Amino acid sequence: MIAELGAFALALALAFALAQLVLSAAGRIRRSTVLAAAGEGAALAVFGAVALAFAALIHAFVTSDFSVANVAANSHTEKPLLYKVAGAWGSHEGSMLLWCLALTGYGAAAVAFGRSLPRPLKASMVAVQGALATVFLAYTLFASNPLARVADPPVEGRSLNPLLQDPALAIHPPFLYAGYVGMSVVFALAVAALIEGRIDAAWARWVRPWTLAAWSLLTVGITLGSFWAYYELGWGGWWFWDPVENASFMPWLAATALLHSAIVTEKRGALAGWTLFLALAAFSFSMLGAFLVRSGVLTSVHAFAVDPTRGVLLLIILGVTSGAGFALFAWRAPKLAQGGVFAPVSRESALVLNNILLAAATTTVLLGTLYPLIREAVTGEPISVGPPYFNLTFTPLMAALAILLPAGPLLAWKRGDAAGVLQRLWVAILIALAAGLLAYALVSPRKAFGAAGLAMGTWIIAGGIAELIERTRGFRVAPAESLRRLVRLPRGAWGMTLAHLGLGVFVLGACFETGWKAERAETLPLGGALDVGGYHLVLDAVSDVDGPNYEAERATIRATRDGAPICVGQPERRFYPAGGQTTSEVAICYRGASHLYIVLGERRETATTPVWLVRAYWNPWATLIFLGPVIMGLGGLISLSDRRLRLGVARRRELPA
Amino acid sequence: MSWLPKSPKARRRLTLLAAIAPVLALAVGLTLWGLKDSISFFYTPGQAAAAKPKPGQSIQLGGLVRVGSVVKHPDGRVEFDVADRIAVDKVVYQGDLPDLFREGQGIVAMGAYRADGVFEARQVLAKHDERYMPKEVADALKKQGEWRGDGMAPAYGKAATP
Repeated sequence: MIAELGAFALALALAFALAQLVLSAAGRIRRSTVLAAAGEGAALAVFGAVALAFAALIHAFVTSDFSVANVAANSHTEKPLLYKVAGAWGSHEGSMLLWCLALTGYGAAAVAFGRSLPRPLKASMVAVQGALATVFLAYTLFASNPLARVADPPVEGRSLNPLLQDPALAIHPPFLYAGYVGMSVVFALAVAALIEGRIDAAWARWVRPWTLAAWSLLTVGITLGSFWAYYELGWGGWWFWDPVENASFMPWLAATALLHSAIVTEKRGALAGWTLFLALAAFSFSMLGAFLVRSGVLTSVHAFAVDPTRGVLLLIILGVTSGAGFALFAWRAPKLAQGGVFAPVSRESALVLNNILLAAATTTVLLGTLYPLIREAVTGEPISVGPPYFNLTFTPLMAALAILLPAGPLLAWKRGDAAGVLQRLWVAILIALAAGLLAYALVSPRKAFGAAGLAMGTWIIAGGIAELIERTRGFRVAPAESLRRLVRLPRGAWGMTLAHLGLGVFVLGACFETGWKAERAETLPLGGALDVGGYHLVLDAVSDVDGPNYEAERATIRATRDGAPICVGQPERRFYPAGGQTTSEVAICYRGASHLYIVLGERRETATTPVWLVRAYWNPWATLIFLGPVIMGLGGLISLSDRRLRLGVARRRELPA
Repeated sequence: MSWLPKSPKARRRLTLLAAIAPVLALAVGLTLWGLKDSISFFYTPGQAAAAKPKPGQSIQLGGLVRVGSVVKHPDGRVEFDVADRIAVDKVVYQGDLPDLFREGQGIVAMGAYRADGVFEARQVLAKHDERYMPKEVADALKKQGEWRGDGMAPAYGKAATP
């Protein structure tokens, strides 16, 4: 019954979305506040209806209602409650509903928070959001209904893929989707601005908080996914340049560029066209990601159940929505007013350079991701593009960005002073060089690239601190005065500094881990030992464990360093009878920011005793890889809470309709 | 700098171009170079027999793991046969097989042929989920008529598609 109510709510949501589109568009064309207000009401109603449908889906999962096809395919009575709930978005159908929930939620939020928007712009925006909601709700309802029933319900479900039964992955999709779909508000705003033919500082100021919110959530979402892949897949790595990973990374790169270009548009009125373009691109990349992940056109290790017809539908949605957006852009953007002029050395130029580098990096990732498709379409040969391509193309662009980054915030608007900036940064330069040289000299084995990476991470962090000192006039006024200034810094400034520091922390971790990680794999009998990264690991015992919905072998592995006990790791190899699947549960010993990462592999029989494949990794500073992006996300959220973003922009008195 | 254009707008455009051009050149150069060296071709054993990749050239070998061919040695080495309708290749691999590695299932092995014709895998991929077959393997087998329908698709997932 509840599932039917949910399905009905979903159909109702589609009707409301259509009403939102029509009413808001009519309200805009006729300049009628009544119609526009009705459109806004419909936007709120859409969200309410989708929320109901989503609640019904969760109810079906929690109560293990196997007459719902999606539940039967992805749930199991013995599954812990958290994973029953997470199962609601563990499948293609359920995750599309989550996508719709985020889309309509953002639509409702934009209506609720958008009181200060000029009325025509707001009506256009709500209409565009109505169009997006209509398309995606129609797709969900007709092509992938998560609440469809089966004729003869099975007694037991097929269970969620055990690899996905994990706390980080349970909350990864909500964050990721909140990030992906958050770009829809920015997209709608951009299309609305193009329809209105006007773009100004007020518009850019409006774009910023939504981009910030979506960007912060996306940063956290990607990090959760990466952390999950790190400890759950048991490969010892955290980023594989897999198409699905790239699909989430491209919107992030575009959003990062947008975040920076919107500042120029807001403060100086320049780059308006480019900012619009990025706003359209960010959500287009989100939709491209949805298509790549679900259509199965690219081979990925993380794919959903794929269905070519759904892929085609998603491709059509992508083509029509972003095609319309970009066509509108090509038609209207040349008529937009050009903004302020700036010198080659200025804050504007630094931000432009940031955007050029980020756009180039996004393009290389896009090319590398789609090249197999293009190549297969042209020559018919299936190929794959491996991590070496991305390391070669992406890393130098990011290195250039990292080198330029600390200078940007110190440059003045309009006309900057390069010598002055160097003067303020020379201590940071010395610290970074010293860190690089020390790493080169002291860390064995000697690695020039790793040392250069460490110098770069240190440079970003030291540069960020130098910028804070500059803002608070540290060492030039009394410390108490500096402290007072530090406390009074606007949250936006704190957010930027934190985000940049977070990037530095990430660069440090990523370079140290990549440069100096160690790996060993050996087959060990009980009492056998292996050495990795200066640690001595002994396989003490292997016991059988009976979990809630799995059976496992659990190894007890003792790690020592120079004879002193360090930790005991208990990696597991689990067998899930429901899906007939085996997974490994990694044991990680945290040593400061570094990880000793132990994986229990297969059991093999020899003539005398059984042996186990044991893999161990020494991943130095690996915690920083995940800590850095979390700091970045936090910076974004702090910046979001800045008063300046919430203050209404001076609004014009509206003429009576 | 009298040779620069007078109008500030034109100057800004020129500056922009001066900044974009090197980055663009760098990105394009790296991309072309990267694509030349780091793509790897996908073959099934039959296709590999026809295309004859050089020993040591990095490729991906996909096909079905022959039932009864998997030999796991105590020192961690694994040997198995990967087959399509036309040919069979012996694969050796040192290390832990993916959790979803099964006999009779489609896999993709990344690595290179040795001079003696044995395929030495650096990495063996099966999917996260046992319901799916690697796309290249499915496509290649479909072309050869080896495909036995979409029996691998989730039965209930199908019911959900109208």
